[in-house]
Amino acid sequence: MNSTNNGQPAAPRQATAEAVRARLKRRYRAEMRFKAYGLLAVGLGLLFLATLLTSIVGNGYTAFLQTFVALEVTLDPETVDPQGDGSIESLRLGNYNTVIRDALQAQFPDVTGRSDRRALAELVSAGAAIQLQRMIQADPSLLGRTLVVWLPADDDVDMLMKGRIARAAEEGDRRLTDQQIAWVDAMAEAGRLEKRFNRALFTNGDSRDPELAGILGAAKGSFYMLVVTLVLSFPIGVASAVYLEEFAARNRFTDIIEVNINNLAAVPSIVFGLLGLAVFLNFFGLPRSAPLVGGLVLTLMTLPTIIISSRAALKSVPPSIREAALGMGASKVQTTFHHVVPLAMPGMLTGTIIGMAQALGETAPLLMIGMIAFIVDVPQGFFDPSTALPVQIFLWADSPERAFVERTSAAIIVLLGFLLVMNLVAVLLRRHFERRW
Amino acid sequence: MARHGATTSASGRRSGTIEVEPGKTVGIPSHPDPVMQTRGVNVYYADKHAVKDVTLDIGRNEVIAMIGPSGCGKSTFIRCLNRMNDTIEIARVEGEVTLEGENVYDKRMDVVQLRARVGMVFQKPNPFPKSIYENVAYGPKIHGLARDKTELDEIVHTSLEKAGLLNEVKDRMDQPGTGLSGGQQQRLCIARAIAVSPEVILMDEPCSALDPIATARIEDLMDELRQNYTIAIVTHSMQQAARVSQRTAYFHLGVLVEVDETDKIFTNPSHKLTEDYITGRFG
Repeated sequence: MNSTNNGQPAAPRQATAEAVRARLKRRYRAEMRFKAYGLLAVGLGLLFLATLLTSIVGNGYTAFLQTFVALEVTLDPETVDPQGDGSIESLRLGNYNTVIRDALQAQFPDVTGRSDRRALAELVSAGAAIQLQRMIQADPSLLGRTLVVWLPADDDVDMLMKGRIARAAEEGDRRLTDQQIAWVDAMAEAGRLEKRFNRALFTNGDSRDPELAGILGAAKGSFYMLVVTLVLSFPIGVASAVYLEEFAARNRFTDIIEVNINNLAAVPSIVFGLLGLAVFLNFFGLPRSAPLVGGLVLTLMTLPTIIISSRAALKSVPPSIREAALGMGASKVQTTFHHVVPLAMPGMLTGTIIGMAQALGETAPLLMIGMIAFIVDVPQGFFDPSTALPVQIFLWADSPERAFVERTSAAIIVLLGFLLVMNLVAVLLRRHFERRW
Repeated sequence: MARHGATTSASGRRSGTIEVEPGKTVGIPSHPDPVMQTRGVNVYYADKHAVKDVTLDIGRNEVIAMIGPSGCGKSTFIRCLNRMNDTIEIARVEGEVTLEGENVYDKRMDVVQLRARVGMVFQKPNPFPKSIYENVAYGPKIHGLARDKTELDEIVHTSLEKAGLLNEVKDRMDQPGTGLSGGQQQRLCIARAIAVSPEVILMDEPCSALDPIATARIEDLMDELRQNYTIAIVTHSMQQAARVSQRTAYFHLGVLVEVDETDKIFTNPSHKLTEDYITGRFG
């Protein structure tokens, strides 16, 4: 050990300590700043989220209630049962509008004149007649009886009751005349107007009348589409990723494939719609607007996402596991499926759910295959024409009636609810499959 | 031909290059009753010649240690014996390796079966992220060595017992293998390897990640295992080689320099390079 100077070994250590101490304050300050930026970013994000949710829920929660009118209807056999035999067929031909008008007339006996009577009848929903018809078809013993039924009010009345129609505005600028408003107030005072849970929102398909419009058709369409997408894209995506990552040789060809898959993930989704139109509708002749076709198009769209995330998950499995398995005499296939894939499963599932959530919210690719359409019937299977939830939101947002504004927000709430549930399922599944090593 | 240049620095150390010709191994590279034999094995990693012309016998029921400085090719060589180098794309193996007379690199040799007959324990313990039972049972399951659950239980118990782990884990066979301590994990890996009743067990620096007590236990284990298996162990520790092996092979820059009985190599080595390594002049 050379030491020509007795004091020399001590000095360098002191100099270092001094230098560190000098900079220490600045370093800590920089760290506090960084932390502050992080908190600020999170705070901003939360603020935006809160604003979004407040605005949507604030607009939409009223859609879950619908105004109903209590009417004392007399199911006069002459009007309701024209064939006189009480059969379902005959009941279908009954004139229920008359029944409703008569009931309204009974409440406001001093209303005369055709236009006045028509104005009065407009206070009840146009679909109320069908509801009466269904009621008596379900229970023909009601024929001839007089009973109180709660029927949905017209959407203008509903909007008035929810305070969305400005009473102070000029009569010509309003959807309801002063006289109609007076009738509505009279009914409300008499306790014949009530806001109840809007079951129609969840049990009906789309409709031009807001009080009768529901998301069931769109929800079922979305559901069928997602089922098709999941059943097709998960196995194909995972299998492709496993093959490309574990079994395929590393050469020019596989490099080109990888580049193409990455590119496909960035292709605008409407292009997949065009592909669906050309291949699935024109070439294969599948039914237009069917959830099956929608699901196929969304599968094409989701596959790159699933493949990329699955490959990343497979790459993250430590090579020591593979070595241990191979050293035991496991074949490549056994190593991959007994050891590597189970360890990569959490990542694969996460990627799949992300892909599914993306697919659930897609509208553009559905345009070309005919799912952006006003479809009233609720689809019963994979081949019936249907629409999807985001499409429904788009169509309602476009509609002129005031009542659709709140319904649009309500539909958004339902869609967000679905997404929340899906993410919850993803987290649970991931936790179930996660192993710690 | 051995060339050596030497310069002496103030501290008295000798530094220089001594080159040795491959294939001219000193000592007793052969064995009267070999289980595995290698003849002229060369391994290339792309252009790098990692193992040069190694000819060595591995005797039945012996423990043979392979020592040498870092990067001398001992791990590469041992991985040739069970074809684990196949998993490395840039590795190329030439020469002959036989197990009980059968050429291991022959196209007809099933590599899966080979690895059941020549097991391996790695440097860093790598139990599967499954239960302890499943870890040991995996090999017998995939090779179909047990006809039913009872036989499988039997194999698992025996293996854990032979590995000296049974007492410590018999109450928690369902717990994940990764929850054990380092030494226990390595013994689990040994149990896993012997569960398929291999003929040869290769150990690539099995104790380098363990503390001295765990190391001592595994070294005792090797002595017991020797009765039923053949063990080839790569080790950085000369003391360990001296403790556990009957023969020791010294590798230097990919060349097998000397193989001899352990006592002789550590007290009276024949080759200069071996002597230099053992006395600590380099490596």
